[in-house]
Amino acid sequence: MTARALNVLFLLIIPFLMAGVINRVKALAGGRKGPPLLQPFFDTLKLLRKGAVVSRVTSWVFAVAPALVLAATATALLLAPGVGRVQTIAFDGDIVLCLYLLGLAKFFQLISALDTGSAFEGMGASREALFSVIVEPSLFLFAGTLALVSGTTSFGGLFTLVGSGAWPAVAATTGTLLFFMLMLTEGCRIPVDDPNTHLELTMIHEVMILDNSGPDLAFLQYAAALKMYLFALLIAALVLPVDIAPFQAAVVLPLVALLCALLAGIVESLVARFRISHVPQFLFLTVALALIALAAAVYFRGGAV
Amino acid sequence: MNRVFLKNRAAIPFDDLPSISYEAVGDIVAGSPFGGMRLVTLFGVPEERDVVRLVALFADDAQGTLAVTGVRTSRGATLPSLTPKMPVFHLFERQAREEFGILFDGHPWPKPVRYPHDAHTPRRIEECYPYFSMEGDETHEVAVGPVHAGVIEPGHFRFLCDGERVDHLEIQLGYQHRGVEKLFREGPLALKSALAESVSGDAAVAHATAHAGIVETLGDTVIPDRAALLRAIGLELERAGVHLGDLSALCNDIGYLPGTQMFAVMRTEIINTSLALCGCRFGRGLITPGGVNYDIDDRKKDRIARTVIRVRDNAGLLAAAVFDDQSVLARFEKTGTVDTATARAIGLVGPAGRASGLSCDIRLTHPTDAYARHRFAKRPLRNGDGRVAVSGDVYARAFIRHQEIQDSLRYVLELIGHLAAAKDGIAVSVAAPRPGMIAFSITEGWRGETLHAAVTDDDGATRRYHVKDASFHNWFGLALAVRDNGVSDFPLCNKSFNLSYCGFDL
Repeated sequence: MTARALNVLFLLIIPFLMAGVINRVKALAGGRKGPPLLQPFFDTLKLLRKGAVVSRVTSWVFAVAPALVLAATATALLLAPGVGRVQTIAFDGDIVLCLYLLGLAKFFQLISALDTGSAFEGMGASREALFSVIVEPSLFLFAGTLALVSGTTSFGGLFTLVGSGAWPAVAATTGTLLFFMLMLTEGCRIPVDDPNTHLELTMIHEVMILDNSGPDLAFLQYAAALKMYLFALLIAALVLPVDIAPFQAAVVLPLVALLCALLAGIVESLVARFRISHVPQFLFLTVALALIALAAAVYFRGGAV
Repeated sequence: MNRVFLKNRAAIPFDDLPSISYEAVGDIVAGSPFGGMRLVTLFGVPEERDVVRLVALFADDAQGTLAVTGVRTSRGATLPSLTPKMPVFHLFERQAREEFGILFDGHPWPKPVRYPHDAHTPRRIEECYPYFSMEGDETHEVAVGPVHAGVIEPGHFRFLCDGERVDHLEIQLGYQHRGVEKLFREGPLALKSALAESVSGDAAVAHATAHAGIVETLGDTVIPDRAALLRAIGLELERAGVHLGDLSALCNDIGYLPGTQMFAVMRTEIINTSLALCGCRFGRGLITPGGVNYDIDDRKKDRIARTVIRVRDNAGLLAAAVFDDQSVLARFEKTGTVDTATARAIGLVGPAGRASGLSCDIRLTHPTDAYARHRFAKRPLRNGDGRVAVSGDVYARAFIRHQEIQDSLRYVLELIGHLAAAKDGIAVSVAAPRPGMIAFSITEGWRGETLHAAVTDDDGATRRYHVKDASFHNWFGLALAVRDNGVSDFPLCNKSFNLSYCGFDL
C-alpha cells in the first residue's frame, strides 16, 4: 500500500524534477546559473491557471487530445514497475496494455497535430510517426524477450532478472542502453530533438504542440515528462537488486531517475543534434540492442526457452 | 569605347559615361568572349522626361580595376533580357522593371523586388506575386513567414518539398522597404551618416564607411592616416563581432551547447570593445565624412589590444575544438552546398563567395584608406585535412568565419601598432560635392562588398543615390544552397549566410 502511494507521489514530482535537472546541468555546463530545479513544475502551475486559445479550424480531436494523451500516459505509468518493482495496478498481461496506452497517446498526439492543418505540425507529425515505427518494435522485442525468459507478462515479474550464465548482465546492459536511448527519443531530447529551438522547420515534438496553449499545453508537457520518467522506471527495475528493501527502494528509485536526467543533461551539453535524416540510424540501434538481448536469451537459456 | 575604367572610390563626370546597347553590357561580363569582368551593380538614373540611363558597374578583381558603362533607354522600353544566359542580371532586371517600367524580353520571373507592384503594370498585389508551384503525390508546400518565431526581420519563404527534401525555395522579400535611396537624396549628403548606418544595422560601420567614401570622393578629400586606421579598426571589430555571434548561432541551431555559449561570450567582449571605441556596441557614430568622430588615447589603446589578443587566442582554441567535433561536422559538412561555378554565375560575394572558392575580397582587390596604406594580408588557415576550406557548404561558410576572425583581429593589432606614428588628426573638413559627377565607393563589410553610388546634379545636390548590400546577390545563393537538402536543415543554411533583410529591401 505504501509503495503504491509512493508511486503516485513520485509520479507527481519526479518528472518535473528530471526536466529541472536537465535544464540545470545544461545551464551549469554553459556557464550560467540556471533556473530553479522545480521551474518546470511552476511553469505547469502557471499554464494551468491560464486560458486556452483554440483555433476555429480544429475539430473535437484537438480539444480532447491533450487530456487523453495525459490520461493514457499517466495510466501507463501506473502499470509500470515503481518502488520496489511494485506496480500501482497489476494484472496478467499489463505490459501489453501499458505499451498500447503509449501508442494511443501517440496516436492522438499525431492526429491532433494534423487537425490544426498547419504545414509545420504536419511535418512534425510525419517525423514523429516515422520514428515511432522504429521505436515500437525495439520496445516490444525487448519486452517479449523478458517475457520469454521470465514466463510472465506482468511488469512485476518481468524485470526479475534471475537466471543462469551471463543472461542477467546482458539483459541489464542492453536494456539500460535501450531504455536510455528511448528516453532521449521519447523525451524529445538532444541528439534526436531539440526542446529549446525556436526554429519550427527543425522541430519534432515542439512543433506538434505549437497550437496548444494554457492547460492543454501543460498536459502535453507533463505527459512528455512522464514518458521520460517511465523509461527511468524501467531502467531502475532492470538495475536495482531483486531483494532490495522497500524503504531502500523508496530512496534509491528517485536517485536513479535523477541520475538518468543528469546523464541526459550531460549528453545535451556535449553533443550536437543529429541531422533528422540520421535519426532513424540511431533508432535502429535500439532494435539491434533488443535483438542482442533476444539472442543472448536464446543462447544462455538454451532448452529453457 | 564601351566602358570607362576607374578605381574604387573614384568619380567621373556623368556626361562621360559611354552609351552602349544593352546587349553589349552582357559582353563585358565574365563568361562572354569579349569581357571577363564581374557585374557589381546595375541601376537606373532617371533623366529629363522619360529618359533613363542604366548604369552598370563591373569589377576586374585580378587587375584591381572597376569599369562603368551606361545604356540610354526610356521608361516603358523593352530590352532583351540577359538573365537567361547570365543569371547575375536576374534581380537587377527585376529592379529596373519595377522602378522604371523597363520590360526585359525573355526574363523568366519578372516579379517586383520590393514594391507591391512594378512601375509598368500597377495591378493588384496578388497578380504581381505568383509563386512557383509543383505537382506530385508526395509534394507539399511549406510557407514560412513573413512573421517568424523570435525577434528577427520579416521575409517570406516558400518551400516546395518532396517529403523532407527541398526541391526549390522561393524567397520573397520587400517587407522592410523604407525608401533608403530616396532619403539619401533629401538634404546634404554629408549629413547622412546615421542613415547609412541604418541601411543594415549589423553592418553599420561598413555602410557608413561606404557612404563616407562617396562624400569624400565627390569632395575630392583624402582623410588623415589616423582616421583611416580608426575606421579600419571599427570595421574589423564589426566583422569579428558578427562572425563570433554567427558561429555561436550556428552552434545553437545544431544544439551544440559549448560552442553556443563560448562564442557568445567572445562576441560580447568584441562588441564591448566597439563600445569603448565609439560609445556604441554596433559601431554607430564612429564614422563621419572626412574621418572619424572619436579618437582613442594610449590607455584605451592598450585595453583594446589586450581584449583583442585574448579573444583571438580563445576563439582560435575554441574553433579548433568545434571544427574537430564529430557531431558538429556531421551537421555542417555537405549541407547547403553552392559549388564554384554556381557561385560565380549568380555573383556570390563576401565570405559566402569565398567559401565557394571565389577570390572576392574588396580589402585585397580594390583596397582603400587603411587597406591601401597598411597592407591587409590573409593567412590561409588550414583545416584538419591541411586544405583551405572552399567546399561551399555550411562547413566552409562556418570555417571561413573562423579564418576571418583571426585575420581581422590580427589586422586590428597591426593597425593599433601604427596608431602611435599617425598623429595627423582624426578628421578633416570635406569640400562640397562636385557637380555633375557619378561616384562609386565599395567597402568590404563583414557580409561582403557594400556598394554605394551617387550621381550629383549641376548644383552638386544628390540626384540619384544607389545602395547595394552584399545580401542583394547572396539571397539567391541561399535559395540554391537548400535545394536537395532536408527542409529541417534550412535554418542552419540560412544562418551560415546570415543575410540582411533590410539591406536588401532598402
